[in-house]
Amino acid sequence: MRLLNPRDMLVRAKKSPKVRTLFGGAAVLEPENSHLHVQKDMPMEKPHISVRNLNVYLQQNHVLKNVNIDIPSNAITCIIGPSGCGKTTLLKTFNRLLDQSLEVKIDGEVLLDGENIHDPKVDIMHIRKKMGLLSQRPVPLPMSIFDNIAYGPRIHGIRRKKKLERLVQKYLKSAGLWEEVKDRLNTPANRLSIGQQQRLCLARGLAVEPEIILGDEATSALDPISSKKIEELFLKLKEEYSIVLVTHTLRQAKRIADYIIFMYMGEVVEAGTADQLFNNPQQELTREYLSGYFS
Amino acid sequence: MRKLEEKIFKTLMRIATLVILGSLLLIFIAIIKRGLPAMSWDMLTKIPGGGFYIGKEGGLLNAIAGSVFLVIGATILGLAISIPVVVYINVYLPRKSLFADITRLSADILFGIPSIVYGAFAFTLMIYFGLKTSLLAGIIAVSLLITPILIRSMDEVARLVPKDLKDAALSLGATRYEIIKVVLKQISPGITTAILLSIGRAIGDAASVLFTAGYTDSVPTSLSQPAATLPLAIFFQLSSPIQEVQDRAYAAALILTAIVLVLSLLARYYSRKLSKNKV
Ligand SMILES: Nc1ncnc2c1ncn2[C@@H]1O[C@H](COP(=O)(O)OP(=O)(O)OP(=O)(O)O)[C@@H](O)[C@H]1O
Ligand SMILES: [Mg+2]
Repeated sequence: MRLLNPRDMLVRAKKSPKVRTLFGGAAVLEPENSHLHVQKDMPMEKPHISVRNLNVYLQQNHVLKNVNIDIPSNAITCIIGPSGCGKTTLLKTFNRLLDQSLEVKIDGEVLLDGENIHDPKVDIMHIRKKMGLLSQRPVPLPMSIFDNIAYGPRIHGIRRKKKLERLVQKYLKSAGLWEEVKDRLNTPANRLSIGQQQRLCLARGLAVEPEIILGDEATSALDPISSKKIEELFLKLKEEYSIVLVTHTLRQAKRIADYIIFMYMGEVVEAGTADQLFNNPQQELTREYLSGYFS
Repeated sequence: MRKLEEKIFKTLMRIATLVILGSLLLIFIAIIKRGLPAMSWDMLTKIPGGGFYIGKEGGLLNAIAGSVFLVIGATILGLAISIPVVVYINVYLPRKSLFADITRLSADILFGIPSIVYGAFAFTLMIYFGLKTSLLAGIIAVSLLITPILIRSMDEVARLVPKDLKDAALSLGATRYEIIKVVLKQISPGITTAILLSIGRAIGDAASVLFTAGYTDSVPTSLSQPAATLPLAIFFQLSSPIQEVQDRAYAAALILTAIVLVLSLLARYYSRKLSKNKV
C-alpha cells in the first residue's frame, strides 16, 4: 500500500482548481477545523454507528477527510452532497466493502455498537451481517426469487426447508413484495420489473436479519411510484432498523429523513436533524447546496 | 452526387452479402451432392475396411469417435485452464489491472496463432516428453488451440458482471468462494456459448491433430493410442485417386458440417439467452 503523506494530500486538495473557482479561495474547506462545522447538539444518546476522525485514501486519493459523525438508531439518516463527494465511499466503509480492493488506506475509527469495525479481532462476516446493502440499481442474484431471499440465511447456516420458507415469506412481506410474487417463487429473479427487483433486494438484505440498512441511491433507477413504495417501506422499517440512505434528491431527503449529513469534497460540512439542516443551516455551503446553487 | 454515392455503396454491400450467402449455399450444395449418395448407416456405425487409411469399405466410425473423444478431452482440459484464469482476472484482480490487461492481450495473440503452429508446438512437447502420436497428444494440442478462445469469450461476459452484484453477495455474507460461484452462475450462458464455439473450432481443425493425434482405422480405447479425426479423414480420403474413396471424404465433410452447424445454432441460441438475462 503506497500512500502519500496526508499533509501533501491536503495541500493538493486546497490547490485543486475546483475549490478555488467555486469559493474564491475562501477557507470553508479548511480540513483542520472541519469538525467544528458539525452541529454539536445532535441529540444522540447511543449512536448505532459513530465515526471518529475517519480518513480514507483510495489509490492515493484522499477521499474522506476527517469525518466525524453519529448514525442514530431507529431513524433515517440521509447523506446528501454533490457527485463525487464520497457518499458511496462512506457507506462502503461501514460494511467493509472497501477492504476488497487493493490500494485502500483507512485511518480513524468506525464504531458499530461501540465496537471498532476495523479491529483485527473483529469478524468481517459479523460486521456485514449487521448491515443490509441496497445498491443504486437492483442486482438480483442469478437464481430464483426464493433462492435470492434464502441466499443469506443459507450462508449463515440455515438449512431446514421449513425455516427457509418461513423466512422467505416473512421478508418478502416486509418488503411488500409477497402478494406480487407468491405464486412464482421459483421463477428467475431477473424476470421481475426493476421496482420489484429493488424490493427483492431489500427483502434479501433483510433476510440476513441486519440491524442497519444501507441504501446507496436505492431509488434512483426506479419510476416515481416504485420509489414511493420503497420510501414508505423505509418509513415503516425504521421502527426496527437504523437506516442510512445516500440520496441525490433533496425532496426525497425532506420527505423521509430524520437526520441529514451534508458532505462536500470528502468532508462532512454539516450534520444535524432534518429540521435544523433544512430550516436553519449553519454553513454558507449548505445554504448554497440546498438552494440549488450547485449540485 | 450524394445520392449516387449512396446507391453505389448500397449495391456493393448487397453484392458482398450475396457473395457470403452464395458461398455458404454452394458449399452446402457441393457437400450434399457428393456426400449424401455416399452416406449410409454404415458410415456412422462401422470402422473402415479394405485397406489401411483409405479403405473403400466400412464407415467412418473411427474418425467420428476419435473427433468426439478428442473434442471432449480438449474441452475439459481447456476449461480446467481457462476458468481459473477468467475467475482470477475478474474476481481477484481490481477493475483496472495491468496483469489482467496483459493476460487479455496474450489470449488475443494466442487466438490469432495458426493451428499448425499449435500442432508443431505440441509436437516438440511430445518429443521432449517422449510421447507418441496419441489421443492424449491430440487433446493437448487442441486444448492449446481452444484455451484462448475459451478465455476470451468467457472474459467478455465476465467483465459485464456488475461490481454491485459482487458487493451485494459480499454484504449478504458471501465468501470469496461463494462470489466465484455467483459469478460463474451469472455467466453460465456465456460459458456454454464459449464451449460451443471452441468445440466448433476444435472439431474442424486438421492441422493441430496431424502430427499429434495421428490417424488410425480403429476406434481408440485408451489415451495412449492414436486417434483418427474427421478433418483428417477428409484430407486423406480426398487425396486418394479412387472415386469411391473421394466420395467418402464428402460423406465425412457432410457429417462434420452437420455437427458444426448444430453447434453454431446452439451457440447463437445461448448467446441470445444471455443478452436477455442481462441486468
Ligand atoms: N477506486 C478508486 N480509486 C480512486 N479514487 C476513487 C475510487 N473510487 C472512488 N474514488 C474517488 O473518490 C471520490 C468519492 O467517490 P464516491 O463514489 O464515494 O462519491 P459519491 O459521493 O458516491 O458520488 P456519486 O454521487 O456520484 O455516487 C471521487 O472523487 C472518486 O473519484
Ligand atoms: Mg455514489
